[in-house]
Amino acid sequence: MAAKDVLGRRGEDVAAEYLEKQGLVVLDRNWRCREGELDIIATGSAGLVVCEVKTRSGTAFGEPAEAVTDRKIARIRRVTQAWLAAHGLPWCAVRFDVLAIVIEPGRPATIQHYREAF
Amino acid sequence: MGGLARSWSVALQGVDGTVVEIEAAIGGGLPGIHLVGLPDAALHESRDRVRAAVVNSGRHWPNERIVLALSPATLRKAGSGFDLALACAVLAASGTIPQGALHRTALLGELALDGRLRAIRGVLPCLLAARTAGLRRVVVPVAALAEASLVAGLEVHGAGSLAQVVEFLVEGTPLTAPDAVGEAGAPPSPPDLADVVGQSDARHALEVAAAGGHHLLMVGPPGTGKTMLAQRFVGLLPDLPPDDALALAAIRSVAGRLPADGLLSTVPPFVAPHHSTSAAALVGGGSGVARPGAVSLAHRGVLFLDECAEFGPRLLESLRTPLEEGEVRLSRAEGTVTYPARFQLVLAANPCPCAPAHDRDCVCTSLVRRRYLGRLSGPLLDRVDLRCRMHPVTALTSGDQGESTAMVRARVLAARAAATERWAAHGWRTNAEVPGPVLRSRFALSRDALRPLEAGLRAGELTARGADRALRVSWTVADLAGLDRPDRQTVETALYFRDRRAA
Repeated sequence: MAAKDVLGRRGEDVAAEYLEKQGLVVLDRNWRCREGELDIIATGSAGLVVCEVKTRSGTAFGEPAEAVTDRKIARIRRVTQAWLAAHGLPWCAVRFDVLAIVIEPGRPATIQHYREAF
Repeated sequence: MGGLARSWSVALQGVDGTVVEIEAAIGGGLPGIHLVGLPDAALHESRDRVRAAVVNSGRHWPNERIVLALSPATLRKAGSGFDLALACAVLAASGTIPQGALHRTALLGELALDGRLRAIRGVLPCLLAARTAGLRRVVVPVAALAEASLVAGLEVHGAGSLAQVVEFLVEGTPLTAPDAVGEAGAPPSPPDLADVVGQSDARHALEVAAAGGHHLLMVGPPGTGKTMLAQRFVGLLPDLPPDDALALAAIRSVAGRLPADGLLSTVPPFVAPHHSTSAAALVGGGSGVARPGAVSLAHRGVLFLDECAEFGPRLLESLRTPLEEGEVRLSRAEGTVTYPARFQLVLAANPCPCAPAHDRDCVCTSLVRRRYLGRLSGPLLDRVDLRCRMHPVTALTSGDQGESTAMVRARVLAARAAATERWAAHGWRTNAEVPGPVLRSRFALSRDALRPLEAGLRAGELTARGADRALRVSWTVADLAGLDRPDRQTVETALYFRDRRAA
């Protein structure tokens, strides 16, 4: 696995842990289909929560959340539909969150949670 | 999370400013900057400039969704002058700057990526608008401080960088104060009228034009001093009153032509465009929002068209509306702007293309001659009250040394004072502004004085409008001579300068 994928995987672990501490139940992780991938699918009192996790080892190249572009947002929406269809859930409340995680070497990870980011 | 703040800046439409309120709201979504309220391309780019400037000034940039709204939202806003106000609105919304610090303060200036504050055009009209809108203080780039200090009644601060502005707003660290407005030192004296050899007719015409605010046409062979006389014309005019000087400075500021010393110039402007000028340079133009042209830069001064027969007919015709209305309205994609353009027109022309020293040596055919000055259209010439013919210089040193600028100017000022006093109740300042009907009815002359005009009208040498113009000039001639009202002789003098044969 390339270094960036290792970092991404660590970030997703941190994110899942964080979400569970928030009282959400993680249903699925790294769900793939032809359209693409969803990082974390969780559920809580508010319905379904689809999470995009962005992890960076520093902010020298910009904040992680900035890397969530319009194109990526459109893809996540499409993949979410595919996930709903695959699980026989045609109609339910969905919330899209972004978790921006910075893991600098030798420091605890920082998490910024953008609720209802798009 | 979740902040709201306001700051103020000024948007310019021509020389008219509108105070713009800038609101910044932080929170609710992915990081990004959203600018709303009809910004143009340069203003849209300020999103990136503002962020870089704030970060490079060592301040915290909120990592959230930021909405910046410029109101009134329907007004188009152009340029980079909003950078500082946008940056401060964001910093106030994120809590770096206390809310109250921005109250009734206009912020002007473009930001460099490293946080330096750059000068912008049109600071002076911006401040005039801010003052009218009741703002209390302004922060401008240091480079514009001299210009800004011309506006009284505002607390003006000059800043060199965003960091300085933030310190000023947060801790009250003083910024650069404008120097006390220095007395405008004696302006470089214009060339003296005494340098011109001979040409007593033209000198007299020049004096009458200066005293009455009349437009002037000089026709004569090259090398007789038409250009010299025109350059000396400004020296005869009275200094500009403060209001006019400020209006002129505002136009120059928008055109980016304000001198750097920042002193308010009270010398009437002298603008002499070359005959190859474009219509846009002459009356104003440019894409987006039109910029002022030569007619506006000559506001309350002199527009001199040398070799006016060489100007394209369309250029000359485009002068007719500003001559009549004292302003130009220019419509472009992004709206219509109005610039003041109340100038005095001085035209100079050769009598024909070959233009020999003595008319008898002319080799032009009569058709060519007619066509040459025929380019000056009737409607334009009708607005020119004074026409004079220049004579070839026959002696290098004429017997009588010509009068100096100072002597003539003293007479001009006295005549202007008399005219101003007479017309004060009606709101006119010079004889040239008085409408014809008033001259014919309320200020009618005696039958005897009017006799030369009646004769001219009957013989068909004079149009009705031409007669009005002659009346106007005769009042100026009378003012110069210290008379109460024009008599027969002054009317004859006025008619002499109306002579169609001069053009």
